[in-house]
Amino acid sequence: MSELLIIFRKPPIGTSWAREAIDLALVGAAFGQQATLLFMGDGVYQLLSNQQPDQVEQKGTQAMMKALPMYDIDQVFVCEKSLSERGLRANLLDFECQSISQASLQKLLNSHRQVFNF
Amino acid sequence: MKSCNEMNYSIAIYGGPYSDQASLSALHFARALLKREHRIQRVFFYHDGVYNSSALVTPPQDEINVPTQWQTLASEHGIELVVCIAAAVRRGLLDEKEAKRYSKSSYNLAEGYTLSGLGQLIDASINCDKLITFGA
Repeated sequence: MSELLIIFRKPPIGTSWAREAIDLALVGAAFGQQATLLFMGDGVYQLLSNQQPDQVEQKGTQAMMKALPMYDIDQVFVCEKSLSERGLRANLLDFECQSISQASLQKLLNSHRQVFNF
Repeated sequence: MKSCNEMNYSIAIYGGPYSDQASLSALHFARALLKREHRIQRVFFYHDGVYNSSALVTPPQDEINVPTQWQTLASEHGIELVVCIAAAVRRGLLDEKEAKRYSKSSYNLAEGYTLSGLGQLIDASINCDKLITFGA
């Protein structure tokens, strides 16, 4: 069973929430915790391809997202409803992730002992 | 009031003092826990929560000084006040050691607070009975 669930609800730039949430995921993994990531709300924008955060002198989160496999983080979920509310589809995303329905969200939350919400 | 199941808590704070009620709510929550004889092991400051550790916080006289309140509570009850070093340093909160490392002329981390890694937040979530977050 996965131990650590990190929920991303904020866009990749505009605030430091996204970067600081990924930092926590990577540190958690480095501490030997099996980490699961869930992107929902505006957090789904973190998964879009072709981001150019350098245009506003930001680093964005894509480079850190690409490092996830090195930390053995392979459980990445995206909220189906959040995507469709924003007119997005899974094939526009830059990262391998599993779509998750509203009904399954509850199960996902219940199956983790530690949940961090950003 | 004495609770029959005393638990070991940690608290995470993501909101800065005054701009966000997170730290003040966390203080109220911490006092309520201690009143019921629970233990608080650690308060971890992350994101803008790191601003709670500034020694230079100077509210008007009729407002409470949140960082000072944490210092008092921590020293009275043996609570660790841990500030994420990466989040703190980039926001200009440095202790003497970091000030030296980055050749800064002064430092401002309030007494009783310690700069440390995010691992301390993960550790709290693994090892405490409950980790309660304020300001997410």
